[in-house]
Amino acid sequence: MRRIISLLMENEPGALSRVVGLFSQRSYNIDSLTVAPTEDNSLSRLTVVTSGDERKIEQITKHLNKIVDVVKLVDLSEGAHIERELMLIKVKAVGAQRAEIQRMADIFRAQIVDITPGAYSIQLTGTSEKLDAFIAAQAENSVLEVVRTGVCGIARGEKVLTL
Amino acid sequence: MEQLSGGDMLIRALHDEGVDLIFGYPGGAVLHIYDAIFRQDKIEHILVRHEQAATHAADGYARATGKPGVVLVTSGPGATNAITGIATAYMDSIPMVVISGQVESRLIGTDGFQETDMVGVSRPVVKHSFMVQDAADIPMIVKKAFYIATTGRPGPVVIDIPKDITDPKLKLPYEYPADIKMRSYTVPGKGHSGQIKKAVDALLGAKRPMIYAGGGVIQGEGAELLTKLTQKLGSPITNTLMGLGAYPASDKQFLGMLGMHGTYEANMAMHYCDVLLGIGVRFDDRVTNSDTSKFCPEATILHVDIDPASISKTVAADVPIVGSVTAVLEEMLECLEQSDQEVDSEALTTWWQQIEKWREKDSLGVTPHEDGRIKPQQVVQALHRITQGDAYVSSDVGQHQMFAAQYYGFDKPRRWINSGGLGTMGFGLPAAMGVQLAYRDAVSVCVTGEGSFQMNLQEFATCMQYNLPIKIICLNNQSLGMVRQWQDMQYGGRYSHSTYAESLPDFVKLAEAYGHVGIRIENLSDLDAKLEEAFALKDKLVFVDVRVDPEEHVYPMAIKGGAMKDMILSKTERT
Repeated sequence: MRRIISLLMENEPGALSRVVGLFSQRSYNIDSLTVAPTEDNSLSRLTVVTSGDERKIEQITKHLNKIVDVVKLVDLSEGAHIERELMLIKVKAVGAQRAEIQRMADIFRAQIVDITPGAYSIQLTGTSEKLDAFIAAQAENSVLEVVRTGVCGIARGEKVLTL
Repeated sequence: MEQLSGGDMLIRALHDEGVDLIFGYPGGAVLHIYDAIFRQDKIEHILVRHEQAATHAADGYARATGKPGVVLVTSGPGATNAITGIATAYMDSIPMVVISGQVESRLIGTDGFQETDMVGVSRPVVKHSFMVQDAADIPMIVKKAFYIATTGRPGPVVIDIPKDITDPKLKLPYEYPADIKMRSYTVPGKGHSGQIKKAVDALLGAKRPMIYAGGGVIQGEGAELLTKLTQKLGSPITNTLMGLGAYPASDKQFLGMLGMHGTYEANMAMHYCDVLLGIGVRFDDRVTNSDTSKFCPEATILHVDIDPASISKTVAADVPIVGSVTAVLEEMLECLEQSDQEVDSEALTTWWQQIEKWREKDSLGVTPHEDGRIKPQQVVQALHRITQGDAYVSSDVGQHQMFAAQYYGFDKPRRWINSGGLGTMGFGLPAAMGVQLAYRDAVSVCVTGEGSFQMNLQEFATCMQYNLPIKIICLNNQSLGMVRQWQDMQYGGRYSHSTYAESLPDFVKLAEAYGHVGIRIENLSDLDAKLEEAFALKDKLVFVDVRVDPEEHVYPMAIKGGAMKDMILSKTERT
């Protein structure tokens, strides 16, 4: 089962390594990981996508909560939530391909953010699934480079993760 | 406000925290701190001969007293040498604060002389760690370190201090914080009342109750309350290796230790119970055996622990209770008092009859040799007789550890000092030093083997320097006994690197070389008299080299992959 765990932690040196260390130490998976400061600069928000059965997820959340730097934690996948990931993708764009890629970008609501005679760099935001679909839709051997931020997420409605 | 340098601040903060003893070893990065120690007389510093021993000694001190052990080591090798001892404390949830020196801030990251990323190296084996970046933060960091180390599920905390932070030329105002609040760290207190009621109802309704108590009861000072609860319920009780002493071993409701080398009756009662109260335990693999699906198949499992992550980690709990053992036990006792339900005494009588039948098996029975050869179990039995069961017994790791756990019979908490989780050979002697320094007049015994002892024997010198009259009882079987036992049982007796009889030192002469007393015992007829002779030398460290039968195995022994009822009982009998 895929889970999105989001947490607030002290913006202290070593805090991130403690979280990452926990995952490797106890052989939990990290599918993606994002971390950045919040509006309160003493706090960082970290979002990790992981997978496992219910028991494993329970252990992961318990162990994360035990880390002294972790202030608060939520499993976003337990309720309605919005998840987003940003991707920059560079594809070969020559001849007829150029118009085709432009059309595809429109369909996916992607933006072409850089152009050279041979390539387009495209920016796309959405769920991980949507990003996967966009990559799959590219012509064979046309993808030159892919860079993705990993998932970040927020609960729907008035529910907030705050102190 | 008083102006102090970082080094002075650190020592003052330790004193303000109530520390009177630290274990350490000097080196370049901590010289400012050692100078601060020299210029004061409130904190005693014990100079060990290896940093690993400093951590084990602090650990032994903490286990015996309940107070945090404090260690001071230098950067690089000093810090890495301390890691084994930190990991030992971490696995057994022992409160400890380790202060390590670090190279100067400007050198960090340059592969400077004696530089090691101590915060990084120690990360997986600490409860938390700090790197001091500003001398002004020292009082607050020390306060936080002790608070984290000693509260909740205790554990070791590292404070890494770059040398420039303790510079005597830099003086700053000093004030020790009166209290502490951390938004990211909360300590569980009381358990959930509804869950506690549920647990008490389950215990009252039980036909075959069983209590399984561990190190958490000792760490949480819950032994007395647990004894009260057990006696009110009339239930059988077992202790884990870490929990020995949480319930008096001489009481008839005590079934002995459980698990891999537990007694027949304790393991059988575990397997067949219908309600199991696990308290201050973590359902460790040395208890449950490898296949948890076969564990206590008929039992409703009640699990009390202060660490939520310990609950349902390996075995799912039917009634999980997160809280401190004392708070939960107090509430359970209240609940029991208020309940109009009584224990099912008829069912209990039948249950005890069954247990007595298991007891008759006498799984710890020892048949003496007729030719004077000494069995290791007999040494522990003699030790119990001579010390009247009232010694602090630390041990190393291996067969002798199991024999001590099985045969000494601990009636009080904090008397049995051993490395249960990590299983660290070399733990025994330095731990016994920590005990002796905590209680100068107590009898501090180290039960060891000739293998483990050689892993930290340099501490003979520390014992001489501080006049520590420890009694070291070495069950000398001239081999790595537990390794050899497994090689006997699973590797056709091929003793791959587990024997070294021809190269053993003369331990009596070795003890004498350090200024101590050495006694050798080779015949059963001398055992009691010579042990008494050793204990009569009250002011001396005595190393007693007891030559024991190397063929002896530790039994009972769990059968791998089986349930708790599946045990090997002797070289010729299994369940």
